[in-house]
Amino acid sequence: MLIQEQSRPGRAATAQAPQHMADLSDLPSGLRRRKRAALPEVSELQAVRHYTRLSQKNFSIDTQFYPLGSCTMKYNPRACNSLASLPGFLARHPAAPASHSQGIMACLHELQDILKIVTGMHAVSLAPAAGAQGELAGVMMIRAYHDARGDHERLEILVPDAAHGTNPASAIMAGFEVREIPTGNNGDVDIAALRDAVGPRTAGIMLTNPSTVGVFDRNIQAIAETVHEAGGLLYYDGANLNAILGKVRPGDMGFDVIHMNLHKTFSTPHGGGGPGAGPVGVSKRLEPFLPVPLVVKDGQQYRWQVEPDRPESIGRMTAFGGNMGILLRAYIYARMLGADGMRRVSEYATLNANYLMARLQEAGFTAAYPERRASHEFIITLKPEAKAFGTNAMDFAKRLLDYGFHAPTTYFPLLVPECLLIEPTESEAKEDLDGFVEAMIKTRAEAEQAPETLKQAPHSLPVRRLDDVRAARHLDVAWKADETGEDAA
Amino acid sequence: MSNMPAELKFTKSHEWVNDNGDGTYTVGITDHAQEALGDLVFVELPEVGAKLAAEDGCAVVESVKAASDIYAPIAGEVTAVNDALDGAPETINSDPYGDGWIFKLSAGSGAADGLLDADAYQAVVDDEG
Repeated sequence: MLIQEQSRPGRAATAQAPQHMADLSDLPSGLRRRKRAALPEVSELQAVRHYTRLSQKNFSIDTQFYPLGSCTMKYNPRACNSLASLPGFLARHPAAPASHSQGIMACLHELQDILKIVTGMHAVSLAPAAGAQGELAGVMMIRAYHDARGDHERLEILVPDAAHGTNPASAIMAGFEVREIPTGNNGDVDIAALRDAVGPRTAGIMLTNPSTVGVFDRNIQAIAETVHEAGGLLYYDGANLNAILGKVRPGDMGFDVIHMNLHKTFSTPHGGGGPGAGPVGVSKRLEPFLPVPLVVKDGQQYRWQVEPDRPESIGRMTAFGGNMGILLRAYIYARMLGADGMRRVSEYATLNANYLMARLQEAGFTAAYPERRASHEFIITLKPEAKAFGTNAMDFAKRLLDYGFHAPTTYFPLLVPECLLIEPTESEAKEDLDGFVEAMIKTRAEAEQAPETLKQAPHSLPVRRLDDVRAARHLDVAWKADETGEDAA
Repeated sequence: MSNMPAELKFTKSHEWVNDNGDGTYTVGITDHAQEALGDLVFVELPEVGAKLAAEDGCAVVESVKAASDIYAPIAGEVTAVNDALDGAPETINSDPYGDGWIFKLSAGSGAADGLLDADAYQAVVDDEG
């Protein structure tokens, strides 16, 4: 039930509303509403119950194993949250002068340095407020670089067909054309096709390594040479940074630009669309184009570098300095881990993925790339189960919810039919991984003996199987007062 | 096993083409394609009068799983589009070779001769595993 549907005219919870804010006499009458906003009118208890119950319906990393491939749903340490919530951080106004912001600027400056070291890049800007915005900033810098050299014909960005959908979208938004490069049967980029595709129109290539199929591209140096020799730049989609953290650096692989998803690799709470942070790192030749602001240290003072300091910058990604609360949590997480801890993150993330893949294979499931070692995630295909029992990957995913596991990513990447993309992260204990394998085995037994159980799953959740086809065909996302016969105005 | 009418021509990117014999060619997506995409929820049609080169992306089909470009199998000018799909994209799922046609092109005779026949297209589908 929506909270609007509980609304009754005149029912109000004003105990916590400051009286002095009810006086609107200092607002010009022309700017005031003529009609009251259609806000729900409920008692304080009703509001508390409504949101408490909603929160109890959450399927979250705090309550369940969440192996949602490509999303790095790892534990969010409580210490990061407590420290980022210190009043000095929380109460700082975004327009506060640098002289009053030296503490937070010191944290941001150190975070820039940590990210530089971890990625092997020459410079980092924390400005982008999400992964997709980081991507956009990255390809805009590629564009600015070629333009600054008078190289205006480089309008093509190469994107492997296994890429995240955001890659081609970002390239198009930055005014590029996208050319797709096929993936070989072993999961690596088809290097012969890449050699055919590069040329004087190549602006760059966007790569995720390890890729979305869960393997590390072994030809990365050859790819870098091929694209660089053609005059293009290499863009690293940092979505899968968790697999290589502290082990391998994109800068050393030859990448010119990288965006990082701090909300994933550096463990800030995410899901449901945000909030995120997508800092970008660049090689030396792209540094002038970084988005502003950056934090620099002059002597003992931290200072914002903005447009006049950086005339070639692609500009701002947000009005202020990015998602401060997320940047702070990521900074604290990085400081708690240290260099050794970061290595352990990637070691355990890949160990957990490989353990889970081996156990599922042992149980008779089909790995999409059985001859390859998994990175921090791997793919199984449920095509044999679909053929034998008539149950698809979505049915498996929904049934896993009944067993208390968040479903893995389904039907992505599109290259593998009936696939589950499984990313356990480093946070999970062996018993939780074993529990997931048991649930998969039980689910397959049900698929064989009682396929309807899967097709109608989930059975035990507050919301049963959604008709996502109907939802997409008849999009209805806005509540209207007249739908319930109540006048909420 | 998907249905592949022998009188049609096919592309590797899963479009079908029917030579209507009057200088026009009807284009749609194959039974295999609609099955792989799942329930369609949206179709973006080309503009009538658009001049297409072979392999131009000219329409989009979207399912709950994925959005997918449709490519012009042959060069030609769009002479008609299936407006009925606007409110009923599911027609492509239920009748991909009939009422689920997507657009028509005008092109010279024999324009589709170089495309795959049903057997060759079957081999493409088998190869995808």
